[in-house]
Amino acid sequence: MSENRPKIKKNKKQPISDRRRFILNMARGLGLAAMSGFVWSAYIDEATASQLLLRPPGALKEEDFLKTCIKCGLCVEACPYDTLLLAKPGDHKPLGTPYFVPRDVPCYMCPDIPCVPVCPTGALNEESVTTNGELDINIADMGLAVIDDESCIAFWGIQCDACYRACPLFGTAITIEYEKNSRTGKHAFMKPIVHADTCTGCGLCERACVTEKPAIFVLPRENATGKAGDYYIKGWDKNDEKRLENAKEIKTKTELSKKSAMDSLNDGLGDLY
Amino acid sequence: MGTLWNNYRYTILRRFVQIGLLVLYFGANAWGWTILMGNLSSSIFLNIIPMSDPYAALQMFAAGAVLTVDLLIGVGVITLLYLLIGGRAFCSWVCPINMVTDSANYLRKKLELDRVQGVKQPASRNIRYWVLALSLVISFIMGVTAFEFISPISMAHRGIVFGLGFGWAAMLIIFLFDLFVLKNGWCGHICPLGGFYSILGKFSLIRVHHIEENCTLCMKCKDVCPEKQVLHMIGKESLPILSGECTNCARCIEVCDDDALKFSIKSLAQNKKTGE
Repeated sequence: MSENRPKIKKNKKQPISDRRRFILNMARGLGLAAMSGFVWSAYIDEATASQLLLRPPGALKEEDFLKTCIKCGLCVEACPYDTLLLAKPGDHKPLGTPYFVPRDVPCYMCPDIPCVPVCPTGALNEESVTTNGELDINIADMGLAVIDDESCIAFWGIQCDACYRACPLFGTAITIEYEKNSRTGKHAFMKPIVHADTCTGCGLCERACVTEKPAIFVLPRENATGKAGDYYIKGWDKNDEKRLENAKEIKTKTELSKKSAMDSLNDGLGDLY
Repeated sequence: MGTLWNNYRYTILRRFVQIGLLVLYFGANAWGWTILMGNLSSSIFLNIIPMSDPYAALQMFAAGAVLTVDLLIGVGVITLLYLLIGGRAFCSWVCPINMVTDSANYLRKKLELDRVQGVKQPASRNIRYWVLALSLVISFIMGVTAFEFISPISMAHRGIVFGLGFGWAAMLIIFLFDLFVLKNGWCGHICPLGGFYSILGKFSLIRVHHIEENCTLCMKCKDVCPEKQVLHMIGKESLPILSGECTNCARCIEVCDDDALKFSIKSLAQNKKTGE
């Protein structure tokens, strides 16, 4: 210990060279930048995680939308029904981005779609709501209505067609299916069915639903749909068979048991009884 | 009353512009006015002229977004505007956070906090350029506009126009930070938007000019300046303030009793200098 002491003193007295000072300062800057960069990125990652948000019509895919939306609120100002909101701090949604809550105010599907052309950045893409050079709100895809048949009173046998009547694509996006009510033997169930290929996710049905918490509600399409994948094909449908052309082959390997078949008969008795 | 106007004429004008812009933006959302629609990130003036925040567009570019023509025109308009009136004129004439940090600074002076903490500032004013670079790196890696998701400026401005939520907390944080942690902490050290406009402001036209012959070395200008380092020529040389970090807030001009500081156009002054 005592031998080391003068050494330390000597180091202290030596002035730091400019080069050393520069390198240390750079290292300090880079270190602080890396530290704050990780904190910052972690926050952004959490703040932009999938939120089951409904975006205005014509919105890009969520990933691209978050890149492209400049958060100016021009769509919100253009909306004549005050449907669209900008996420505030405390809403727990990606900050400053537009969304709507259909149970409060649904999208009334204006034919001139005022919210889309005002977007300066193309985060609301005019092309995605245009057919033959004209704006067409009926092809908008804000989400997809889903019915919880446990809480939908029409599925109980009580007559209600509020969602069917509210749907702006009347008789297309929601249809009523008649089915015999075997409980009474003399009535019919009149069950609402949502058709995913035409539903725009405007949420008028969710707004109209009479139950305490809506039994029909809009989810982002991504969250409301499944996917059959390439292994299941409608063999009776020529178009569906075409999917096989792009099917990806995945090879799996199952290890064969090395035990003899005889053993499994003798050892496995415990499983049988 | 005359001296009050004289000592605060630019401050009063700045508050008028800052609040006036807020009222116009607010009116667009609340009552459907069409003078100035949108917010500071992107807006439309008189239903024709698009204006967009160039720093936000830069982050979008880094994130990999496709930039539309509308956006680029808006960016061009804003860039030209601030090339004319001074890059950081945004900071002292438009940004709503300026009122928060100015009031923190006012209170700091009233409470004489500098006497407790000492005048030596523990942080570098170059932090903002690091934050600026970092925001672009994070935008690139995460594929989102990094600063726009945490910007207290957009939070405050959006909050006032579209509904505040917890946005007041962001403003309070900055107020307390500037008051108790670091003098001119947010605007003068950290804010990357200020850093961005500092770089743009290097090339801008309207500048504060110092006339050395009139100067009595009272140093009132250095006392009020939020970016003291830009006033290095005071009492030494007749020069325009060329640093982009000057916000053109004109506090120095209004406190100067000797007409030693005034606004002028950069290139003219340079011609005069070469003519000498």
